[in-house]
Amino acid sequence: MTNTWPLLGIALVVIGFALRLNPMLVVTAAAIVTGLLGGMDLVHVIATFGKAFNDNRIIAIVWIVLPVIGLLERHGLQQRAATLIRGFKNATTGRLLILYLLYRQLTAAIGLHSTAGHPQTVRPLVAPMALAAAEKQHGELDEATADKVKAYAAATDNVGLFFGEDIFIAIGSIVLIQQTLVTYGYSLTPLELAVWAIPSAVCAFLVHGARLLLLDRSLKRRGR
Amino acid sequence: MITLHWLYALAGAMFAAISVLSALDRANPKRFGNAAFWGLMAASLLAGDVIGDFGNGLLVLGLAGLAGFGFIGRSHPPTTSDEERQAWSEKLGNKLFLPALIIPVTALVGTLLYNYTPLGSHGWIEAKRETYVFLGLGVLLALATLFAWLKPPALAPLQEGRRLIDAIGWAAVLPQMLAALGVLFAAAGVGTVIGELTQAIIPEGNVFATVAVFGLGMAMFTIIMGNAFAAFPVMAAAIGVPLLIVGYHGNPAVIGAVGMLSGFCGTLMTPMAANFNLVPAALLELKDQYGVIRAQIATALPLLAVNILIIYFAGFR
Repeated sequence: MTNTWPLLGIALVVIGFALRLNPMLVVTAAAIVTGLLGGMDLVHVIATFGKAFNDNRIIAIVWIVLPVIGLLERHGLQQRAATLIRGFKNATTGRLLILYLLYRQLTAAIGLHSTAGHPQTVRPLVAPMALAAAEKQHGELDEATADKVKAYAAATDNVGLFFGEDIFIAIGSIVLIQQTLVTYGYSLTPLELAVWAIPSAVCAFLVHGARLLLLDRSLKRRGR
Repeated sequence: MITLHWLYALAGAMFAAISVLSALDRANPKRFGNAAFWGLMAASLLAGDVIGDFGNGLLVLGLAGLAGFGFIGRSHPPTTSDEERQAWSEKLGNKLFLPALIIPVTALVGTLLYNYTPLGSHGWIEAKRETYVFLGLGVLLALATLFAWLKPPALAPLQEGRRLIDAIGWAAVLPQMLAALGVLFAAAGVGTVIGELTQAIIPEGNVFATVAVFGLGMAMFTIIMGNAFAAFPVMAAAIGVPLLIVGYHGNPAVIGAVGMLSGFCGTLMTPMAANFNLVPAALLELKDQYGVIRAQIATALPLLAVNILIIYFAGFR
């Protein structure tokens, strides 16, 4: 019979994250508990955890892009992004959000995922513009409809980010996939992995884009 | 030969400089906590190979302790004001996006040239690591371009880098911690146990059912843990590697990349991923705190199905 006690490590992660404890502590505690339940002594667990952290230092490499992004922000990159997004304004709610989806996917794919986001673009720009477009076409919106439009604005940001960022090779998830597979003897380049993020990105655009067109339609029905 | 250690040195030097600048930042009440945290990251990158496994373990415990007990805080390094940024943005226009393109273009073109021209035959770069080397080169080229074009103060890239890394905080180290946790899970046999449990329900020899359980498992584990990064090492150990890659000879790149994206479909559906799903609901003052998740489910489910199909059709040809 296999030793099933180490499964408690997963339970610990779930409980720790659910209780909103600091994830760094949760992960460390889960690692130590899992190792102990797996039959290692404490020194061996700490050494194994340390070696694994050291072997995965390549994940920290991705942060060397921050000085470049920071310098661009210093010279108005976010303001430029805002100007560009404001240019989408003569569209219906659905089409405006489709343009934003495309913008978010393309910029995330070249590593500019931090120039947009819920605090940076959705709250100050995308949500108000989507509401304004809906009101222009369909008149005053009731609260439930306004909330729906705002929720779609936030959802569009998430979909665009998740299904754009993995095309960029220097992103944590790509390096994590690579490092995980290396432990089993499969050595892949980041590019081989990033290329396979493209079909899903295209499908995400089609699926979510179609839903945004349906949103336009349901708004039209409500407007009459 | 250029190895990964050159990049560790580059990143380590950056973290060391950020640590020193943190210590000198009197405006930040937690400046020594930040200095210690980024200093430990610098030590890991610069000296990780000489301090031994147990030494590295203590270093990780230090990072977790500093982050977990609130010793690090957000800083406000010198930067430009909103008005100055607006003026720059109007003056420079969309050209501002171009320097950002230098990094991915250098990495892409460099990798392709290195692999498909005689350039790669000299063995100048550690095998399979050329993309990272060209990424580092791209960063240096982008910095050189920005200095030539905009002439910022000499310390600006480090201060701006510190502004961004402090805004991310300990979350910058979390993916590396989760990868290490995955190694411990594997060493303790967690993947094997989950693999045995799931293998009992998958019909023997049915590739499609196995792919479906892998994709659904990625999404489910992401939903309960709130994080696809945490789910990936577990599902890779349980099903991805032993069944899909070793057993059925699937393409590891497709299984890895699209498997992770199946997990992202789970992220769209879970309140555990608070940053993406609950925080914006609050930020937009929605009545329903799950409003954003509700708007995402009908995108996430079809997309999960599509990802499973992509793994099946592209991964097993």
